[in-house]
Amino acid sequence: MEMFDLSLFWAVIIAFGIIMYVLMDGFDLGLGILFPFAPDEDARDVMMNSVAPVWDGNETWLVLGGTGLIAAFPLVYTILLPALYLGVFLMLAGLIFRGVAFEFRFKSKRTRGWWNAAFAGGSFVAAFAQGCVVGAYIQGFETADRVYTGGAFDWLTPFSILTGLGLVVGYTLLGATWLVLKSEGHVREWARGLIPKLLIGVLAVFVIVSLWTPWIDPGVFDRWFDHMQVIWLLPFAALLCAVGIYVATRRRREGLAFLLTLGLFIFTYLGLLVSRWPYVIPPDYTLWDAASAPESQFFILIGVLFVVPIVLTYTAWSYWVFRGKVRVGEGYH
Amino acid sequence: MALDPILLSRLQFAFVVSFHTIFPVFTIGLASYVALLQGLYVATGEAVWDRLGLFWTKIFAVVFAMGVVTGIVMAFQFGTNWSNFSQFASNFIGPMLSYEVITAFFLEAGFLGVLLFGRHRVSPSVHFFAALMVAAGTFISAFWILATNSWMQTPQGYEIREGMVHVTSWIEAIFNPSFPYRFAHMAMAAFLTGGFVVCGVSAWFLLRRRDVEAHKRALSMTMWLLLILTPLQAWIGDEHGLNTLEHQPEKIAAMEGNWDTQSNVPLLLFALPDRGLQGNRMEIGIPNGASLILRHDADGVVPGLKDIPVDQQPPVWIVFYSFRVMVALGMLMIAFAVAGLVLRRGDRIYTSRWFLHGLQGMSLAPFVAVLAGWFVTEVGRSPWLVYGVLSYADAVTPSLSGGMVLATLIGYIAVYAVIFWAGVYYLFKVVRQGLDELGEDEEMHDYDRPERPLSATRVPFDGSTASSRS
Repeated sequence: MEMFDLSLFWAVIIAFGIIMYVLMDGFDLGLGILFPFAPDEDARDVMMNSVAPVWDGNETWLVLGGTGLIAAFPLVYTILLPALYLGVFLMLAGLIFRGVAFEFRFKSKRTRGWWNAAFAGGSFVAAFAQGCVVGAYIQGFETADRVYTGGAFDWLTPFSILTGLGLVVGYTLLGATWLVLKSEGHVREWARGLIPKLLIGVLAVFVIVSLWTPWIDPGVFDRWFDHMQVIWLLPFAALLCAVGIYVATRRRREGLAFLLTLGLFIFTYLGLLVSRWPYVIPPDYTLWDAASAPESQFFILIGVLFVVPIVLTYTAWSYWVFRGKVRVGEGYH
Repeated sequence: MALDPILLSRLQFAFVVSFHTIFPVFTIGLASYVALLQGLYVATGEAVWDRLGLFWTKIFAVVFAMGVVTGIVMAFQFGTNWSNFSQFASNFIGPMLSYEVITAFFLEAGFLGVLLFGRHRVSPSVHFFAALMVAAGTFISAFWILATNSWMQTPQGYEIREGMVHVTSWIEAIFNPSFPYRFAHMAMAAFLTGGFVVCGVSAWFLLRRRDVEAHKRALSMTMWLLLILTPLQAWIGDEHGLNTLEHQPEKIAAMEGNWDTQSNVPLLLFALPDRGLQGNRMEIGIPNGASLILRHDADGVVPGLKDIPVDQQPPVWIVFYSFRVMVALGMLMIAFAVAGLVLRRGDRIYTSRWFLHGLQGMSLAPFVAVLAGWFVTEVGRSPWLVYGVLSYADAVTPSLSGGMVLATLIGYIAVYAVIFWAGVYYLFKVVRQGLDELGEDEEMHDYDRPERPLSATRVPFDGSTASSRS
C-alpha cells in the first residue's frame, strides 16, 4: 500500500459527491414528482422558480460522480453500469426530459401542458431508477472474474422496487420541505399539509427496508448484530430527524424542517454505507479491489482538488443569491 | 435472426456520439466567433459588433445547452456497452474524461455566466475576456476528448499489466502520434462549421433585407476568414492523412479503395469496392493520383487491404464513400470561399441571389463533412477499438444481450428525436428573432430564475414573435 491511502481518500470524495447529488438533485426531483398534484398553475410556477437557478448545478455532481468513478474505481463503473443497464437508460431519459422541460416550460404557452408532463414524468422515472439502484446495490451483484455475469433485470426485484418507491417518497418529502421554505400563501399551506403524509410513507419504507436489509446477506447481518453497536446510532439519529421534521413543521420552523430532512437522508445514507463497507461492489469486491492505478488516481486528484472547492463556493454563492421566498407571479410583468 | 450485441452497441455509440458531436463542433467554432465579435467591439467601439455579438451569443446558448444534455449520455456509454474496454483502459481514459468534465464545470461555473448575462453588468473588456475564456474552455474540453480518441487510434506511453493499461508516461500517452493532427483538423472543422453557419444565417437576413448593414459586416468578415481557413483545412487534412498512412495503413487503403500494395496507384474518384471480391467492381480514377498525394511520387507505393486478413479489414465501402463525401464537401467549401472573393467586385457578394441561397445550403455542409470524417477515422480502424490492442469483440460488455441494446438504441433514438425537434425548432425561432430586441410586452422575463444557458435567449418557445413578419 502507498504511504498515503489514495483509494480511501477517493472513496471519501465519491461518497461525498453522491450525497451532494442526492441531497441537491433530490429536492428538485421531488418537486417534479409533486408537480401534477399542485393546486394550480401559479403553484407550479413557484415550484419551478424555486429550484430553477440551482438545479443544473445540482446535476453536475452526477456527471462528476460518473467520470470520477471510472477514474478512481473503474471496477465499480464497469460492473454497476452493465448490471443496471436498462435502469441507467431510464434514469438518463428521465433526466433529459425534465432538463429540456425546465428550459422550455417558461418559454411556452400552448405547449405548456406537454412540458409539465415531461417534467413530472422525467422526475419520477429518474427518482425511481435511482432508488432501484440503491436496492440493487444492497443486494449485491453477480460477478465472475471482475465482470458482471447477471441478467438484464436482476436489478429489478421486490426489494429494489421498494427502495425505488422509497426514494420517490423520500425525494418528495425533501421537495415538500424545500417548498415550504421557499414559498408562501396557499402554495406553502398545500406543501405543509403534505409533509405528515409523506413522513408516514418515508417511515414505513424506512422500517421495512431496515428490517429486510440484514436478512439479504449474512455479511450485512453480522455487521449490524455483531460487536458494532455504535452504528445503531445512525438509524436512531434518522428516526430522531423524522420526529423533528414533524414537530418543526407543526411549529412552523421551516428552515429547521428542511435541514432535518437533509439529516434524515444523511443518516440513512451512512447507515447504508456501513452495511456494506468496505465493499463497493457487494458481495465480492472492496474499494481497494476496485481501485485504479495509484498514478491515475493521483493524476486526476490534482484537478479535482483544484475544481471542487471552486464549484462548492459557486454553489453556495448561487444559493445565497437566490435565498428567500419565491412569490406567485414573480418574474412576469 | 440473432441480434448481435456488438454490432448494435457500435450502432448505438455511433448514433449517440454523432448526435452529440454536431453540437460541440458548432459551439467550439461559435464561441471563438463570439469572442472575435466582442473583441472587435472593444477595439473599435462600434455598436454593430456588440449587436452581432449578442445575437450569436443567444444561438450559442441554445446549442451549448443541447450539447450538455446529449453529453451526459456519453459519460455512461463507456460503462454500459463497453465495460471490458473501460476496465482495460480505465487508468488512462478515466482521468482524461474526468479532466474534460472538470474543465467544462470550471467554465460553466465562472465565465459562461458572465458571457451570457454580464453584457450590461460588466465593462466590454471584461465581457470580452469572459468570451475569450469560454472559447478557450471549449478547446480545452476538446483537447481531452480528442487526446483520448487519438490514443485509441495510435496508443503509446503505456504498458499492459494484469490485463489493464498502466500509463508509463502521461505526456507520451496524451501527445500520441495522431493527436496533434486530429486536434488541428477538428479545431479547423469547428471554425469552418461556425463560419459557414454565420454566412448562411447572414445570407438569410440579406435575402430578406433585415439588418442589412450588420449582416453585411458579418458576411464580409467571415468570408475573408473562410478564404484562409478552407484551403488551410485541406492542407491539415492532407497532413493528417500522411500521419494515418504511417500509423494505420489499412485505413488509408480503405479510404483509397486500394486492395494490392503497389506503386502507381490511381486516385479513385468513384468505385464500387467489394469485400467479397477483394477488389473493386468498377473504378474511375486519375492515374498515379493516390501515389502522388500520399508519397509525392508517381511510383510511390500505397498499402493495400489484402495485406491483412479479410476478417481484420475495415468495412471498405463506408470508409471509401465517407471519405469522398468529406473531401467533396471540403472542395465545395473552398469553391464558395473563392466565389465570395470574386463576387466582391461590385459588392455582388451581398446581392447575388444564387450565391446567398447557396450559402444558406452550405451552412449544413460542415456538419455533414464532420460526421463523414469521423466515420472515416472510426470505421477505418475496425475491428479494433484500441488500434492493434483491443478488438470490439473483446471490448464489449459481456453480459449484454442483443435485445437489451436494441431496446436502448430505440429508446435513445426516440428521446433524441424529441429533444432535437424542440432544440432545432427553438433555434430557428431565435434566428428569426434576429438582432431586434423584443418589445416589452413580448419579451420573456425570466428574472429571479434560471440564469442558465437558455435564459440568455429571451425568446418564447411558441406563440408569435416580432419576426413572424418574415
